[in-house]
Amino acid sequence: MAERRVLWLALALLVLCGAFLAWHLRAPMGFILGLRAAKLGALVCVGAATGAATVLFQTVAGNRLLTPGLVGFDALFVLMQTLLVLLLGGVGAAAIPAGPRFLMEVAALGAASVALFGLLLRRDARDITRMILTGIILGVLLRGLASMVQRLMDPSDFAVVQQAMFASFGRVDPQQLAFSAVVLLAALAVALRMAPALDVAGLGRDTARGLGLDHDRVVMTALLLMAAMVSVATALVGPITFLGLLTASLARQVTGSHRHAVLLPAAAILGALILVAGQFLFERLMGSQSALAVIVEFFGGLVFLFLVLKRRRR
Amino acid sequence: MIEISSLSYHAGPTPILHEISTRIESGGITALIGPNGAGKSTLLHCISGLETPSVGSVRINGIDPFSVPHRQRARTVALLQQSPALVSRLRVRELVSFGRWPHHQGRPRREDEEAVDRALVAFALSDLAERTIDTLSGGQRQRAFIAMTYAQDTPWMLLDEPLNALDPRHARDLMARLHGLSRDGTRSIVIVLHDINAAAGWADHIVAMKDGRIVAQDESAAVLTEDTLRDVFDTPFELLHHKGRPVVVAR
Repeated sequence: MAERRVLWLALALLVLCGAFLAWHLRAPMGFILGLRAAKLGALVCVGAATGAATVLFQTVAGNRLLTPGLVGFDALFVLMQTLLVLLLGGVGAAAIPAGPRFLMEVAALGAASVALFGLLLRRDARDITRMILTGIILGVLLRGLASMVQRLMDPSDFAVVQQAMFASFGRVDPQQLAFSAVVLLAALAVALRMAPALDVAGLGRDTARGLGLDHDRVVMTALLLMAAMVSVATALVGPITFLGLLTASLARQVTGSHRHAVLLPAAAILGALILVAGQFLFERLMGSQSALAVIVEFFGGLVFLFLVLKRRRR
Repeated sequence: MIEISSLSYHAGPTPILHEISTRIESGGITALIGPNGAGKSTLLHCISGLETPSVGSVRINGIDPFSVPHRQRARTVALLQQSPALVSRLRVRELVSFGRWPHHQGRPRREDEEAVDRALVAFALSDLAERTIDTLSGGQRQRAFIAMTYAQDTPWMLLDEPLNALDPRHARDLMARLHGLSRDGTRSIVIVLHDINAAAGWADHIVAMKDGRIVAQDESAAVLTEDTLRDVFDTPFELLHHKGRPVVVAR
């Protein structure tokens, strides 16, 4: 049963988290444990957010190849942060307390993504090729815009943006982590509540509307939830493009289900599992620090190629 | 009863339907025939509330499908579309269960399960119930979607070319099944057909469309004349009678 597999995944994640915290724990224990817990929290949040966001996006896009990262959702987030710093100045932006600022960014990203992707999904949803191409070009455009604005700005302001953009798993602000966790849990809870509606939305716009689903509203809600999740992931560590794709297709394989009540938790747990396992492997066992993102991108890219080629054959 | 008054529909600048006004009485099977691009599918979409007409109005059993709550609309009219999107890993039973969504909104009860079982039996899908739809043939898949439309259990069923991809046996079975459903007075069926003989054999009424207009509408026998068919399809037909049934042959 699909539900049982999700339980096994959750159990595996718990064991792994325990190992991550307790492996070779030496004095000063409290200090090291604190550092590790913060890092673990960030890994779990980012993995879960990326996995669940990708499942949501693939459902509303009706497409198993697209991910929020591929169409530049994270670039949109970086662009918004850059614009914020450009408008208020580095000092001004830094003066806003982290919590309200994060919530503000989430809200702004939600509004922007509904405007942008709501339009894209409605117009191009039937033409898959065009949708993928438009999405990828949009991603490149948003990334380009963000880096152009960064070039225009004052070097000291740029340093502020840079710090926000390239935060790694090693340097996580506990306060921000707490905010992220709350936002993520809320978004996941809402997504799970609307899981049956998402199942219907997965049948495609026309069929779903024929069944009396307010499809546009479900898509908008899903986009907002996804925007919140992507904000969490991007604010904590910065973009990992292919992690979502890897996670979502693994979740479908492992559960063998189309039901979001199963897929969403499975993708969230798998996302966390991949990141924690990867970090554990590289940092504890191989003594390497920064290779995780590269490796995840590598395997995610392979999955992308596999899915594209499999599609061609059918 | 479906009442359509001066309905026009434009897709961008292209006019698809011109000032259509008509009534379709409840009960029985009404067949929509006409050449490709006559606007048959668009008319079905407008009636079911999925496409908003540019001008004009639709009433189906007295309700306006564009202003009533989505759920009420989906409990009044069910539409089988021409090529619905496919979801991988979706089993036939699960697909048919989606037909019950307007009734349970995500919390299926026992009566919903029973309705799904009935639909599976009615369309000879019991053996395929646990198969995923991407492993089915075109005709089996078509039957699964028809069963979903049936499970929606609405007074009006609108079917857009349901005979697509069906072999003669299943096409006949389907028409006979629809005919039976339309007899007991609880269901009215509007069906787009390209096989004029299927319309001749099973439909009570025929609506003939051409270039976005209704050119003929009456009881089947009255519409199926050589003159009308030639005008509608721009091609000569010969009308024969075989064992008391009209048979149409293109010359």
